[in-house]
Amino acid sequence: MKVMVAMSGGVDSSVAAALLVEQGHDVVGVTMRLWGGESDTGCCSVSDVDDARRVAQQLGIDHLVFNFSDDFDTHVVAPYVQAHTAGLTPNPCIECNRHVKFARLSERATLLGFDAVATGHHARVTPAADGSHVELERGLDRAKDQSYVVHMIDQAELARTMFPVGDMTKTDVRAHAARLGLRTATKPDSQDVCFITSTGGRTAFLGTRIPFRSASVVDTAGAVVGSVPAVEMVTLGQRRGIGLPGGGPKRFVVDIDVEAAVVTVGDEADLLTPGHTVREMTWVGGSHRLADFEHVLVQCSAHGTPQRATVTVVADGTGGSRSVEVRWLDRQRRIAPGQSVVLYDPTDRFVLGGGIAAAPLTD
Amino acid sequence: MQRGWWRRRDGSSATAAGGTLHGVIAADTLTYLDHAATTPMRPEAVEAMLPFLTERFANPSGSHRFARSVRQAVDEARDVVADVVGCKPGEVVFTGCGTESDNAAITGTQQRHGGIAVCSAVEHHAVLHAVEHGGGRVVAVDAAGRIDLDALAAALDDTVSVVSVMAVNNEVGSINPLDAVAAVVGEHAPRALLHTDAIQAACWLDLRDVTPHVQLMALSAHKFGGPKGVGALIVRQGTSIEPLLQGGGQERDRRSGTHNVAGIVAMAEALRLTDLERRDDVVRIAALRDRLVDSLIDQLDDVIETVPRNAKIAGSAHVCIADIESEALLYLLDEAGVCASAASACASGAMEPSHVLAAMGIDKRFAVGALRMSLGRTTTGADVDRATAVLVDSVRRLRR
Repeated sequence: MKVMVAMSGGVDSSVAAALLVEQGHDVVGVTMRLWGGESDTGCCSVSDVDDARRVAQQLGIDHLVFNFSDDFDTHVVAPYVQAHTAGLTPNPCIECNRHVKFARLSERATLLGFDAVATGHHARVTPAADGSHVELERGLDRAKDQSYVVHMIDQAELARTMFPVGDMTKTDVRAHAARLGLRTATKPDSQDVCFITSTGGRTAFLGTRIPFRSASVVDTAGAVVGSVPAVEMVTLGQRRGIGLPGGGPKRFVVDIDVEAAVVTVGDEADLLTPGHTVREMTWVGGSHRLADFEHVLVQCSAHGTPQRATVTVVADGTGGSRSVEVRWLDRQRRIAPGQSVVLYDPTDRFVLGGGIAAAPLTD
Repeated sequence: MQRGWWRRRDGSSATAAGGTLHGVIAADTLTYLDHAATTPMRPEAVEAMLPFLTERFANPSGSHRFARSVRQAVDEARDVVADVVGCKPGEVVFTGCGTESDNAAITGTQQRHGGIAVCSAVEHHAVLHAVEHGGGRVVAVDAAGRIDLDALAAALDDTVSVVSVMAVNNEVGSINPLDAVAAVVGEHAPRALLHTDAIQAACWLDLRDVTPHVQLMALSAHKFGGPKGVGALIVRQGTSIEPLLQGGGQERDRRSGTHNVAGIVAMAEALRLTDLERRDDVVRIAALRDRLVDSLIDQLDDVIETVPRNAKIAGSAHVCIADIESEALLYLLDEAGVCASAASACASGAMEPSHVLAAMGIDKRFAVGALRMSLGRTTTGADVDRATAVLVDSVRRLRR
């Protein structure tokens, strides 16, 4: 097959490319230029592009750079900034996968005659037992699993997606890279959002793009207990950095009113909720699969522990199954609005679908 | 993986377990239409430089006979360059590349005389970034990419110490009227120096027609059949600028650093032959360019020739193709062994949106499908016909 492999310059995508070559595919490596501004690895991450190119040269495959920075600005950076303005907690990596990697890149690959797009994500694409659809399965290495961040890939896209390292542990990936002598073998994992620098953090990035507004911090009775310099930077459930003195009982952000610039703190009980509405759902094999399970497992952050819940599709006026209600078996902390919520089958292996957290449910 | 037109000279195959492989591609398997990026060296220039890479290795600044004989080669090369440029030998300063020449002209003027720089909006980044770095002004161009003389006049005043207007644009091939530019500068900023980046001009224009209008001119050897890594800055008599490099005072204190003798000798030989053959080459290559662009426009809808032929050099076949993306088109051309380009690439290798097309006001629907094909001395009718066939096929595929 003719496979376009997205090479970030990290070890996972390096090994993904190597495995595809070993499997005899006709492989071309592509590094996407997404962010033109400052990053931890320099302007437009040139050193990462260098690593990707050198690995490609070593593997004897072609390597190209595609400039998708306009798409990245439009679909990832601008919505990220906008979400913070609205007091939401967005996940830009998921939007990048949704709009850039598994949309823009994939469309171009098709246009250029490629049969498949591969990435270095730790996830697996497997045919369903009954052959009715293709499953998106967690990566073999549960600790490194990235199915959460690629949950939005639809059936048509999954059929032409390859995750060559999904069947490997991270240790094996590094060992394979070392065996091949790839320069990325010991490169540290990237942890953070590519356009947020480790020195400046979110504050430096957002501070130049939106006017921060200070907010008063109140307790659940309404008494002012402190203040924060930027209401846009506060996240639901946050414990540190809300200007409260140390000691005393643990206090969490339990409500953010961006418009009124008021942050409410309370104890953990004030954060607990019976469930959430989740919007903008996408489904791996269709929403009807919910009927197969009494309850499903629901994960609310990239490495969060999945919790049991019953999930029902709710009418949202779109006539489809774009909104669901997630009702926890045991009450959970509220999900910060804007976060991605991903549903897995009860065996915790297969992605059923996912969407964006909206309002909490009431009893 | 390896494509059909790749030929590894050592016959090796790529293996994941192997060490670094050097994928050598034989140029004769390609259709090369990227002469504005670089053009093959003239065999005579290669021949001319070889003795200086081998037995004639002396440093021309030395005091012994061995050094003096090499010094003579540099002096003779300077005479040749001066003759083709239409200046005095003492006005030729050899540099390390075209970018250095441009930077030296702009930054060197500002360091010596103060003031600010002014340039056109479509200059090569070697000029544009140097001007912007020094807090200069950027002047609009017309729809054909030539400087807007009224806008230039408006941008000039007593604070301007250097004006930089390229002789020929590197992306779209437009020719600037430097005589008219000089007149405007003379009227509105009489003390300012006029610099021209003539790096894309040497193959196509008689530089003797340009030189009288300017005080500074940048040249680059590899654009006219010389080697990479050598250039020249023409500094007209009576003009003084600050050198970028401090050191041994070579080139009459205007450019320190040991002479790249082999490069300088080869550059002169390439320039001499370019000048000798220019008249015939321009006629022949213009006909090939016309055939290429005409057949594209015949066979494809919504293709525009970016600059009219009477406003640009013979080797430029820049077109804008609606409803496709340059990056995708270049991939298909590359796959078929056709070498072309779009705009300039950033350090990562990614294509940047063209500042030239933006300044010319090209409709975005067309600008995203920009394609720079540039012809040169070695371009043949077969190249043009093959490129046409591949292009038509690729564009139809992308528009499907």
